[in-house]
Amino acid sequence: MPDFMDTGAINMRIAVLSGKGGTGKTLVSVNLAAASKESTYIDCDVEEPNGHLFFKPEGVREEEISVKIPKVDEELCNGCRKCVDFCNFNALAYIKNKLIVFDDVCHSCGGCILVCPEKALTEKAKVIGKVQKGISDEVTVWTGILNTGEATGIPIIKKLLTEKNLEANKQTFIDCPPGSACIVMESIKDADHCVLVAEPTLFGVHNLNMVYDLVKLFNKPFGVILNKCLDEENPAEKFCFENNIKILGRIPFDNELGTLNSNAEIAVNKNEKYRELFSSLLKTVAKEVQCNETTTNP
Amino acid sequence: MKIAIPVDEKTLESNVCVSFGRTPYFLIYDVETKESIFIDNSAAASTGGAGIKAAQIIVDNKANALLTPRLGENAADVLKPAEIKIYKTATTSAKDNIDAFIAGKLHLLDEIHAGFHGHGGN
Amino acid sequence: MKQLLILSGKGGTGKTTIASAFIKLADAKAYADCDVDAPNLHLITGWNVEPEKTDYYGLPKAEINLELCTQCDQCRQNCRFDAIKAESHYKVDPFACEGCGVCAYVCPAEAITLVPAVAGELMLYSDREKVFSTAQLKMGSGTSGMLVTEVKKQMKSAAVDTGLAIIDGSPGIGCPVIASLSGVDMVLIVAEPSISGISDMERIITTAAKFGTKTAVCINKYDTNIVNTEKIEEFCNKQGLPYIGSIPFDSNAVKAINNGQTIVDIDCTSGTAVKEVYHKTMNLLFEQGGG
Repeated sequence: MPDFMDTGAINMRIAVLSGKGGTGKTLVSVNLAAASKESTYIDCDVEEPNGHLFFKPEGVREEEISVKIPKVDEELCNGCRKCVDFCNFNALAYIKNKLIVFDDVCHSCGGCILVCPEKALTEKAKVIGKVQKGISDEVTVWTGILNTGEATGIPIIKKLLTEKNLEANKQTFIDCPPGSACIVMESIKDADHCVLVAEPTLFGVHNLNMVYDLVKLFNKPFGVILNKCLDEENPAEKFCFENNIKILGRIPFDNELGTLNSNAEIAVNKNEKYRELFSSLLKTVAKEVQCNETTTNP
Repeated sequence: MKIAIPVDEKTLESNVCVSFGRTPYFLIYDVETKESIFIDNSAAASTGGAGIKAAQIIVDNKANALLTPRLGENAADVLKPAEIKIYKTATTSAKDNIDAFIAGKLHLLDEIHAGFHGHGGN
Repeated sequence: MKQLLILSGKGGTGKTTIASAFIKLADAKAYADCDVDAPNLHLITGWNVEPEKTDYYGLPKAEINLELCTQCDQCRQNCRFDAIKAESHYKVDPFACEGCGVCAYVCPAEAITLVPAVAGELMLYSDREKVFSTAQLKMGSGTSGMLVTEVKKQMKSAAVDTGLAIIDGSPGIGCPVIASLSGVDMVLIVAEPSISGISDMERIITTAAKFGTKTAVCINKYDTNIVNTEKIEEFCNKQGLPYIGSIPFDSNAVKAINNGQTIVDIDCTSGTAVKEVYHKTMNLLFEQGGG
């Protein structure tokens, strides 16, 4: 197990993503975090957070995340409807001399408050989810949870990734949401390196292509980990060769690993062979990150 | 009394549109004068809150009743305080539904489906 | 036309694999892929014609006219989405911009306008017998809910006279899922017997329940964890949700998919099992009264 101080890969934010769900993002990010000596794990898949099921963090403290929604002082409102007309999201309606606000449709842009000539609109907080912090052995576990029915998890991700959550001398692993929509972009925005997890199926490659485009667009250094590898031809591997993409490692398809994962067990803690597998992956990733650091910041 | 109906085309012979919020047009029919006006539904192009905006249009056009096959909760939350009665359309023809309404044969719509937000932050 | 929606909560459970099998078994004349973030259904439905493509416009984006800009910083200060950067000149980050119009409103020089922005592309495959509606959201876009609505609308208006439409939904519980739920007659949830899968299944069931739509559950890859499979069955019983079958993990399924085929195109255990799930689903979907 390398001494992390030596590799100089401390304080690195590594985002783990995949274009498709179920490829092994959580398997990889959880086990890399667990294999590291002291690390931070941040679950940005706020619609379906799963990392905490593996870590079972203790001493959990939580903070609610809210967004600002307008509220009207009916005495001051004169029914001019400038706010209704301004709102591009149709979150306001004016019925029988009363302004109605649709909390769930509101994007919290603050525009209506600005346009109201009577200053009849102010803002109130609406809770959309929460952020939890706990400890599991040597891993600091951050979990973002979006309440069901809420439209966007971006405010939660912003809170998860604020500077002060990055602690000194700790590797940080960011478990991203699947896909390549804006919520994924928010998760990788400040990452130093991206690890793309790919599975050897037709669907997997199609979606790998999407996140590949995404990381290139954001100019992030990246590499691929091939998961669930079988002996047969691997379309994802082929894709990497064809596009000169660095393959950081291969995780073989393994029933035991699958079972451990489906029982939300952290593989590296359950079997020495997985600790070796992920430690070696970690070494490769760390070397890759360090390499990029020195080339971009000589 | 004025009735509003979401319609696919600007004629009385048109079919009722299956969606309230994103119908291309609304027919506003005056029961006394038998006059029909067709208005464009500017809410149809909205990425979100279409039901809210469409309902505001109905309210602003002074309809007293709405005939529609379905309605979401956001639109219902606009129409209810406006005291506009909501009836469930029985067939696909706009004209037939108007006749049925006048004959007192239409039922009030009581299944309001949950709202959904066609936006999803950016 | 009855609409069946297939959802999973968690990604990777086999939604598209099962949806494609259903489409084959039903010889469905109308189907759609609502996973507009990462559509996959077109990869195994064997269309060899080019689809009709339509640009999908999402929220407009703000644009700053640099010739009028006085660099007063009002726009950046008022933007709630950190979408305006002040570097060598002021510019809007199109990925962060939500099209709210606040910057255009506050700009004293009227230097900002909102312009329409293509957020994705709708695709319609059709021949004289059947239609397949799908779409691809442009990377970084957020307006997937409305695009999902457009995909369904496109399918409905193009559909030939048919009694059944099958919709492959998207993972998660957010707005694209909510948009796909609207107006469907039944939801089939494909669950996976893992702790994460169960957790996500519960969240999707809560979301679907808000619509009061007929819901049934089946388990894919059930034999990867019998204990969890039993937990899911028990959960369904407690909630009064019809549990309509289990499909075994089958390496032949991957082979079929990689060859662009469905699991009912070849002889395999998952294919046999999915046929039963299909029949039970159809019975539930078309049963008279009660639901």
